Amino acid sequence: MSMINNLKQKAATFWEMLKKPTAKYSLGTLLGVGMVAGVIFWGGFNTAMELSNTETFCISCHEMRVNVYEEYKTTIHYNNRSGVRATCPDCHVPKEWHWKVIRKIKATNELFHKALGSIDTPEKFEAKRLKLARNVWREMKGNDSRECRNCHDFESMDYARQGRRAVNNHTKGFDSGRTCIDCHKGVAHSLPAMHKEDPSMAFPDNKK
Amino acid sequence: MKHLIKYLVIPLGLAFTAQSLYAIESLRGGRALDKDPEKPVAKKWQRDQPPIERDYVQQPPLVPHSIEGYVINTRSNKCMSCHSWSNYKDKGATKVSLTHFKDRKGNEHANISPRRYFCTQCHVPQVDAKPLVKNTFKPVKTIKSK
Repeated sequence: MSMINNLKQKAATFWEMLKKPTAKYSLGTLLGVGMVAGVIFWGGFNTAMELSNTETFCISCHEMRVNVYEEYKTTIHYNNRSGVRATCPDCHVPKEWHWKVIRKIKATNELFHKALGSIDTPEKFEAKRLKLARNVWREMKGNDSRECRNCHDFESMDYARQGRRAVNNHTKGFDSGRTCIDCHKGVAHSLPAMHKEDPSMAFPDNKK
Repeated sequence: MKHLIKYLVIPLGLAFTAQSLYAIESLRGGRALDKDPEKPVAKKWQRDQPPIERDYVQQPPLVPHSIEGYVINTRSNKCMSCHSWSNYKDKGATKVSLTHFKDRKGNEHANISPRRYFCTQCHVPQVDAKPLVKNTFKPVKTIKSK
């Protein structure tokens, strides 16, 4: 009990100190030091955040490197005729600052599951694949496929250069207010078993 | 001496000529070992086009579009995201034939049976390739639209 009282006492003293105007340092020194400290803190924060926004960082965990990264390497977002590549954060981390910070805070849950080892074997990953995919689909549907649209702006699409199926389905889709992920699922990673999502796409399972 | 030329030298000479004419060629095409073979040209998948007419009865319809990146595995079948009965209307695709719902024991299923699941075993997309061998095949008239 005395320890808590002691702590309370110390907190009160600290608060008193913060409230009192300083008599020792000039306002200029305080502002100057504050600004420099602010720049260092802010710059450091953003640099650290950008560091966690690289493919190298993402695949430093084997869960990403051996599963989703390997699948992505066979797709058009990794290898294509013009050599433009969309890396993990291009699709999975928002570009706007506040959305990015919100996503980063949500990612602490991923750290928690990394510690738990929830998907640390291919078998465990397969067991969770549908759930994980649904999380991403739900998020993308919720934000109107914002990360897709960072590059794929439908206003810039030249229908004359698209294939027959693409024109038909794009015009129909945009008119009915659909978003990219409604059709373009499994574009960069393998689809999960679709028994629950779209049974007509799933392998016929005679046991069920 | 005359006999020697007639029965030995001429046949031997002919044999050697024949050998040089029909030399045994390796699969490398008689190319020197330190030379690279000619690069094969990658054929391009044909772009979207309307359904291609069949050339004979019982021909599995050809895939009239590119299927690059489409995955068919035991988890899911990309083709069926458009060609299944529940998706074809929405996507404007041809629906999978009802004959594909029957398994090898003759049981009817509600969707394609396992033996018909791997579409590309029969249904293939086309590339811009010329026939390797000339042929005079003509499609039967009764299945061609006028």
